[in-house]
Amino acid sequence: MDRRIVFILVALAVIIPMLFPVNLPVSVSEPSQKLYDYIDTLPPESTIMLAFDYGPASLAELNPMARAVLKQCFNKKVRVIGLTLIPDAPTLANTLIEEVAKENGAVAGEDYVFLGYRPGGNLVILGMGTSIASVFENDYNGKVLAEIPMMENITNYDQISLLLDLASGSSTETWILYANAQYNLRIAAGVTGVIISQMYPYLQTGQLVGLISGISGAAEYELLIDTPAKGVQWINIESFVHLLIVGLVILGNIAFFIRNRHEE
Amino acid sequence: MEIFGIWVAAFLTLCIYSFLYRDNPFYRFAEHLFVGISVGYGIVISIHQGFIPFAWEPFYAAVTGKSLQGLIKLIPIGIGLLFFARLSPQHTWLIRYPIAVLIGFGAGIAIPTVLRANIFEQTRGTVEPFAAIHAGTLSGWGIFEAVLMVVGVICTLTYFFFSVEHRGPIKWLSKVGIAFLMIGFGSAFGNTVMGRVALLIQRVDFLLNDWLGTIF
Repeated sequence: MDRRIVFILVALAVIIPMLFPVNLPVSVSEPSQKLYDYIDTLPPESTIMLAFDYGPASLAELNPMARAVLKQCFNKKVRVIGLTLIPDAPTLANTLIEEVAKENGAVAGEDYVFLGYRPGGNLVILGMGTSIASVFENDYNGKVLAEIPMMENITNYDQISLLLDLASGSSTETWILYANAQYNLRIAAGVTGVIISQMYPYLQTGQLVGLISGISGAAEYELLIDTPAKGVQWINIESFVHLLIVGLVILGNIAFFIRNRHEE
Repeated sequence: MEIFGIWVAAFLTLCIYSFLYRDNPFYRFAEHLFVGISVGYGIVISIHQGFIPFAWEPFYAAVTGKSLQGLIKLIPIGIGLLFFARLSPQHTWLIRYPIAVLIGFGAGIAIPTVLRANIFEQTRGTVEPFAAIHAGTLSGWGIFEAVLMVVGVICTLTYFFFSVEHRGPIKWLSKVGIAFLMIGFGSAFGNTVMGRVALLIQRVDFLLNDWLGTIF
């Protein structure tokens, strides 16, 4: 069979449910629920860090979960410090935070601040353990940290209730190694499908307080905050593509056995 | 301007997907453009948010006498500049110093934390449920999970244990280890498919709603 037929079938499996949406049931997994509960029980005026450690290539999976978590934080009056360890992310992350903040009436400098990017990975994480201002002297827009109202009483990780790493690479492991093991900062992760399996050992040991897994995790989180959006829409479409893939795998195996028997 | 951006993004998306039919100049144009812009963007961001605030400004302040505190930063800047010694065959040996500092510092901060986070914590996580079994607080399913995890860890580690020949019981343990590995790889592959399909859905969503939305 020409492989292009498979491409057309996959395209149809995406386009048809997108044009004629079907609502399939989505159940919330325990790791997503744990993260939601953790943020939900934080008192107002608490501060969490949100690390946008992904570039445009992983935006499809991680933007919906970033949007959902930001909405939960802004509605709960939990303050957010955004930052990133990778150079591709600052513009995307800043745009997303400002968009969600505008939708939920959050104020820059009071409810959230975006610090931007600093090179160094683990050195950035270690540096912030002593003093955030020693690594990020100013925020993404160039405003000195000391002049930002919500940063007034925040010096280092001691004042941070949680770090949520939205990651498409190995950054979550770096945060666990240097922020959790070194400074006891509570860590949670929202990751792409490719690296979900690597995260489960940390979840089981409690090194991660919660985990949002790919687009299905994003859909679950949208349901938890009672705001179904792109995540829920896309996971429904994804189910049709998965059905098609399973069908093609079965068909391929049947064809393989028939051909083998024929050759014998 | 926003509509122009949407049209450019749609054109480049279609250029990339045209590869599914066969390799063509449109695909190669979009691919090269993507690689070039990614690298260029990364370099500019690194210069503006890394080099200028952490190297250039302290250096400038130190040499012009504006801030004597900046003088201390001349040491790491000087060590970092030794990387460029690679460009001169006569002075290549100088590159050993920044590499030695990097490796020494990296190993010094990584070894204790890696041991704690990836060895001690993971070992604790593997054996801790047995304390709950002993205390009688774990359900039947929990006991099954705890035993399965220990069996999986021992068998998988046995597969990677090459100091003895894999014969007899060791051979069977490593075979069970292979089964656990295959389940792990299968799970990782399934999740990867989910991730890749999500990327396709996001692009189709963009083409149908954002791009065609500007026409109809």
